Amino acid sequence: MERAIVLAASAIGAGLAMIAGVGPGIGQGFAAGKAAEAVGRQPEARGAVTSTMLFGCAVAESTGIYGLVVALILLFANPLVGLL
Amino acid sequence: MNGPKVIFTIPIFGGIKVSESIVNMWIIMAALAAASIWLTHGLERRNPSKKQLALEKLIDMLYGMVTDVMGERYIGFAPYIGTLFLLSIVGSLSALTGMRPITADLSVILAWTVVTFLLIQANNIKNHGIFGWLKSFAEPVPFITPLNIISEIANPVSMTFRHFGNIAAGLVITSLVYGGLASLSAAVFSRIPNDFFASIPIFQVGLPAVLSVYFDLFTSFLQAYIICMLTMVFVQGAGE
Repeated sequence: MERAIVLAASAIGAGLAMIAGVGPGIGQGFAAGKAAEAVGRQPEARGAVTSTMLFGCAVAESTGIYGLVVALILLFANPLVGLL
Repeated sequence: MNGPKVIFTIPIFGGIKVSESIVNMWIIMAALAAASIWLTHGLERRNPSKKQLALEKLIDMLYGMVTDVMGERYIGFAPYIGTLFLLSIVGSLSALTGMRPITADLSVILAWTVVTFLLIQANNIKNHGIFGWLKSFAEPVPFITPLNIISEIANPVSMTFRHFGNIAAGLVITSLVYGGLASLSAAVFSRIPNDFFASIPIFQVGLPAVLSVYFDLFTSFLQAYIICMLTMVFVQGAGE
């Protein structure tokens, strides 16, 4: 019974942790929009703008990745079950 | 999804477990070494072959990128950055051959980012002296020192999670799709009385390749580029 409660709570917690994916989505969309604007203004700088945008997007992704790692730990390597 | 399997155990110090990631890494290292020997074999000053021209172009691109990001002073880092890039990209792309990608193991990436962390601190000490390095933690005000130490340690941790999270997410999603397609084909073809045809997972052919383009090819290239870029930016920034 206890085990079932812990497992169910872990599954819910993994789902809640993935709410962190909202932030990077908004942030990356913003960055991509600005990059499109920049390319529209200066089409010759396309390569530099794209690589800067990808770099910025990857850094902005960190918080979402933290959420994902928490969710992966809860699903596949649950430390809470061992505490019972 | 499971973690990397333990292939064998070395019976010293109470048993060192050698996992699938380490064995796959040995295979990749051997392949990269063999490719390097093959590519640098028989270089000519005159009448270079097509192979040599392609190799020279790649090395030029690598040195150009390091010079652009870090400046002429740090050109000695180019071989390390190139090695990191190759290991990361081949390690991620090895998923295409059916091996478990080494970059989907936290320990492998952690080893690379610990090297980056040590390079950052070493470059800081080299440029500012040991007292300048210690003093840099107490800036701008002394009571902020614990926060500075935490932010230094968070640096490799965040790089590790970024690379690991991207590749591991791709692995999880790909295996979910495979499982889903397998049960779909089982559900559809279980009505056929012939056991042989019912056992062919027909939906698993082709469809996962579309996802693989994003999760394996694009993400692998991007993450290899990002980890090299961050290493260069941080190491160069520590010497300012």
